[in-house]
Amino acid sequence: MDQRLFVKGNEAVAMGALAAGCRYYFGYPITPQSDIPEFTARELPRLGGTFIQAESEIAAINMLLGASACGMRAMTSSSSPGISLKQEGLSYMAGSELPGLVVNICRSGPGLGGIDASQADYFQAVKGGGHGGYRLIVLAPHSVQEMYDLALLAFDLSDRYRIPAMLLGDSVIGQMKEALIPHPRAQVELPPKDWAVRGKQEGAPQRVVKSLYLGDGELEAHNWRLHERYALLEARETRWEGLHTDDAELLVTAFGITARIAKSAVRMAREAGFKVGLLRPVSLFPFPREAFRTVTLVTKKVLCCELNTGQMVEDVRLSVARDAEVYFYGRPPGAGSLPTPEEFAEQIARYCGGAA
Amino acid sequence: MTLDLFIAGFGGQGVLLLGNLLAYAAILEGKNASYFPAYGVEKRGGAATCTVVISDDEVASPVVGRPGCAILLNQASLDKYLPRVRPGGWALVNSSLAEENLPRVAPIEVLALPLTELALDVGDARLVNLVAAGIWARKSQALTLASLESALRKVLPERNHRFIPLNVEALKRGAALIAS
Amino acid sequence: MSQVEIPVFTAPRSLKPVVTHFCPGCQHGTVHRLVAEALDHFAVQERTIGVASVGCSVFLYEYFAIDVVESPHGRAPAVATGVKRALPDRVVFTYQGDGDLAAIGTSEIIHAANRGEALTVIFVNNTTYGMTGGQMAPTTLAGQQTSTSPYGRDPANDGSPIRMAELLAQLDGTRFSARVAVDSPRHVIQAGRVIREAFATQIQARGFAFVEVLATCPTNWGMNPVQANQRIAAELIPCFPLGTFKKIESQS
Repeated sequence: MDQRLFVKGNEAVAMGALAAGCRYYFGYPITPQSDIPEFTARELPRLGGTFIQAESEIAAINMLLGASACGMRAMTSSSSPGISLKQEGLSYMAGSELPGLVVNICRSGPGLGGIDASQADYFQAVKGGGHGGYRLIVLAPHSVQEMYDLALLAFDLSDRYRIPAMLLGDSVIGQMKEALIPHPRAQVELPPKDWAVRGKQEGAPQRVVKSLYLGDGELEAHNWRLHERYALLEARETRWEGLHTDDAELLVTAFGITARIAKSAVRMAREAGFKVGLLRPVSLFPFPREAFRTVTLVTKKVLCCELNTGQMVEDVRLSVARDAEVYFYGRPPGAGSLPTPEEFAEQIARYCGGAA
Repeated sequence: MTLDLFIAGFGGQGVLLLGNLLAYAAILEGKNASYFPAYGVEKRGGAATCTVVISDDEVASPVVGRPGCAILLNQASLDKYLPRVRPGGWALVNSSLAEENLPRVAPIEVLALPLTELALDVGDARLVNLVAAGIWARKSQALTLASLESALRKVLPERNHRFIPLNVEALKRGAALIAS
Repeated sequence: MSQVEIPVFTAPRSLKPVVTHFCPGCQHGTVHRLVAEALDHFAVQERTIGVASVGCSVFLYEYFAIDVVESPHGRAPAVATGVKRALPDRVVFTYQGDGDLAAIGTSEIIHAANRGEALTVIFVNNTTYGMTGGQMAPTTLAGQQTSTSPYGRDPANDGSPIRMAELLAQLDGTRFSARVAVDSPRHVIQAGRVIREAFATQIQARGFAFVEVLATCPTNWGMNPVQANQRIAAELIPCFPLGTFKKIESQS
């Protein structure tokens, strides 16, 4: 018997965070992610950790800021409307170069919208949802196992680059159950947190965690430093999954739950004789631009599928080789609008030129 | 081999538990499985639906447009979801609460059995999901009763473990209908 | 005859030897000194973490020789909660102005107090937004003219000044709540004692402690330092009475 568990995506992401050594959770209840605070409320006290149900999303992200400023691995989670409230804190964390994990189990909007799966918060996640021109590390799990694995990776990347990380999930990935093989955190060497506050010792330099830079040229230099780190992320840390890309005449691209649906569609289309491949970005920031460029040197047609009216497709268009055509198929999120594999397969057939 | 299954009924019929049970049993048998609860705003009394995909390979989409099989436990579910079963597929229909009123659109097999009455006969109307599980496992030949029994211990909360013998009886009652 | 110099007055260790940048007659410097004296008194400088807020208060780290975390506007009690929970054996204090604590940050301060977080909160109330140029604050007095209440604060339109020390004293989680002023030597000595008490509350594991300090903002009040100081006794104290509103001696 293998050591496979059968758990929800929301539970898996919480388990992954705990395996990553996260001992601080601050959050506020919102559907469809409340399994995460429920799990951490139960498990963290047993591990000597801290769980606080904050008075607001805003308070929660700022508690995370405080714990992270002390050098601790800490997290919060929410869903779209709650993530909007956290943008102020995220901007301050980005400006203060603080690591930390924010899980966004997206639901549909705008406004109160609904509780159905959505990918309409892609822009907010990858373009810096708050003020000031910063970026987050954004990873998009497409399975329960990846909810766990990417939580571990997110903490390592966030600590290494001192950039807050977001896992961009959705209510299907959060609520569905699959097999999970838990595993301990990989022992990677990370830079010491010699910036964290701890109480200034006699003779030691004062440590200040801040985002205010008022001196001539200070803020510009600070922003260039952040920008260089984002460039370093792009050079080193893009992640994606490719499927049948070698002989593909049409490349389908999608992330998260949409990529799962696309995988079935690609399988159906292959069985019907269409030469179709899949490129699934796992890191949405940094975006796997080079992977798109390389594949589209040969494959000249790209179909981007999303559960929104077209967001990632903009990054795809900026990434492909100049003579590649990029098509979009998507639906705005809401009850009953979750696309099916059959629907994507039809679109594939359409762009592959009808019947095989 | 990949099997996809859609389950629907009203809240309280154990639709989500049934989906959980089948997917968990598949995992215990070393297969891959996904369980996706489609859920409404209401906690009880509303429609309950879920999708289960069981595969020897990686499960691609946990969301299915036209399933190969459906378990439909009430009239509303039958009316809404029977036409979605893909040609060549089959459906288990709870004839205690539902009958086929509409002309069938695709060539599918419909197995109509009085699941609620069978459950009552075992001891409780709420066992309807376990009767269905036994039927589905035997007919699809995807899962053994032994792994379903093991899975029951995992998916039922501890406080309900005292009902396991009755649940197992319901499973067996369902399975026996197919064996005969 | 040889002379031996005996220093009778030295700068607190917890403050840096820097020149103030605050406006003439501003009392942030006085409050900083009282806080630093309290840290020195308990010899906790090396295990103290300050949490700065937004407004003139943000410059905490320019003056205190301690580690500091800067917070978004109003969020210092939430940030301090994260710090204190991460490092429970440290002395953690926030230093906030009236716009920060009593307007945009009311939710954070009330809930940090209500949870009984073992924090010391220093609340500097000068009845106006100082850094942004003298706009109306939640503590602005009725009739007081500011750049956003040019005809004077009208309680019918703007509400009345909010009394945070009394309000927070109502909460079970609050173990100490007081209001002081620094407009006279007697009040400064009293304020020093109360601030020390607020740190003792945290150090002795009694829980959440709050001190409101009435202070001047001569620049935005359009007064010279002497007039501003006189206004504290003439106008502020009648509206914001000095005193200790809650003190619980037992450990939480």
